[in-house]
Amino acid sequence: MIRVKLPTHLRVLAKVDGEVELAVDEPVTVAAVLDALESGYPVLRGAIRDQGTGKRRAFVRYFACEQDLSHEPPETPLPERVVSGDEPLLVIGAMAGG
Amino acid sequence: MSGVRVLVGTRKGAFVLNSDGKRERWEVSGPHFGGWEIYHVAGSPADPDRLYAAQSIEWFGQQIQRSDDGGRSWEPVGHDFSYEGETGTHQFYDGTAVPWQFKRVWHLEPSLADPDTVYAGIEDAGLFRTNDGGQSWQELPGLRAHGSGPSWQPGAGGLCLHTIIEHPTNPDRLFIAISAAGAFRTDDGGKTWQAINRGLLSDGIPDPDAEVGHCVHRLAMHPSRPDVLFMQKHWDVMRSDDAGDNWYEISGNLPSDFGFPIAVHAHEPDTVYVVPIKSDSEHYLPEGKLRVYRSRTGGNEWEPLTAGLPQENCYLNVLRDAMAVDSLDECGVYFGTSGGQVYGSADAGDTWAPIVSDLPPVLSVEVQTLP
Repeated sequence: MIRVKLPTHLRVLAKVDGEVELAVDEPVTVAAVLDALESGYPVLRGAIRDQGTGKRRAFVRYFACEQDLSHEPPETPLPERVVSGDEPLLVIGAMAGG
Repeated sequence: MSGVRVLVGTRKGAFVLNSDGKRERWEVSGPHFGGWEIYHVAGSPADPDRLYAAQSIEWFGQQIQRSDDGGRSWEPVGHDFSYEGETGTHQFYDGTAVPWQFKRVWHLEPSLADPDTVYAGIEDAGLFRTNDGGQSWQELPGLRAHGSGPSWQPGAGGLCLHTIIEHPTNPDRLFIAISAAGAFRTDDGGKTWQAINRGLLSDGIPDPDAEVGHCVHRLAMHPSRPDVLFMQKHWDVMRSDDAGDNWYEISGNLPSDFGFPIAVHAHEPDTVYVVPIKSDSEHYLPEGKLRVYRSRTGGNEWEPLTAGLPQENCYLNVLRDAMAVDSLDECGVYFGTSGGQVYGSADAGDTWAPIVSDLPPVLSVEVQTLP
């Protein structure tokens, strides 16, 4: 199972505690994980990436295995330790004031 | 005994304030959706337990929440506001053409007759409607297709559709207002629209009496007299007696005719409330005094209402969607401030008291009068 760690606001919205675990067919990519996430939790459609274009929202980042994957093409395979479930994919809300 | 429910949207969540008909003691619930901007919360006139909230945040976009039990519990509903057809362009602040792009929902206007039907005014300016309780939203594209659309420019707060008023008996007639395009009316249920800005004068645009380009801040109507509209424009308080075809100024003796909200007494169609703000470059109260101004003559003659409101060192603002009235026998008036206070008056504005004093900055205030 793929582990996804969501920021607080999205956990509240999706009514989940802790990490989300998702079954994702290979190749496991950010796009495939988000497809599975949004399929299981439709309230998250548009909250991480644009509903129409699929473009990542400006204040959202994707981290895993101490790497910033935000600027990788969404079809790039995720690191093996994410695919194996040893590490989560982190969806991060950018730090900002207010 | 009848009661009142005040629905408050703030920069960091929604609050629901409940009281009985005396409006002296209040129960406060919230924050709902803590940390999110709640531009508006509105109740259905046809079913007071049905509420809708517009929840957004720069990080994670737009959500719409719905309650079927008067705000005790909420469920997210549809939040896809995709424009219909070719999006075209409007003007950016610098005058360049930019494509229409959804940013947030500013205002929700539940239908007078059907709790499942709601209009939504969005930024960039568009009008949407749901007929299934918020599960899906469809644009009424005729508004954005108005021939003047490519010339619309945003006000400082964005190109927002912030006011939606339904005619009380003719469901085909709606009034809307957009900053900074102006006011528009449809007489065919939203298929076609006409700009209704004749008589407005705006010094900040090249042609002061242009058909569009006016920064209308808010419209108000009394349902017993639906051809009479009141307007708080960027500068000037205005009135129309012919459903917006022509406007004339009623600022009269106001200390400043800049401001945001405008509201009409529930039982007296010529009693109107505004909150003058010093200027568009300062955005705070004149003379450090929080004064609601009331006209009982349909405009021009205004009296300050100050009892119970701070009269020194007060430099707040009151935003366009942050004033509302109840319809109890003695009309209640409510408004929220940039400092997080919500004030209420149970005697049509003669005296005021804070209901809550320390909320996040208030974006919107709506009132439901409960049976």
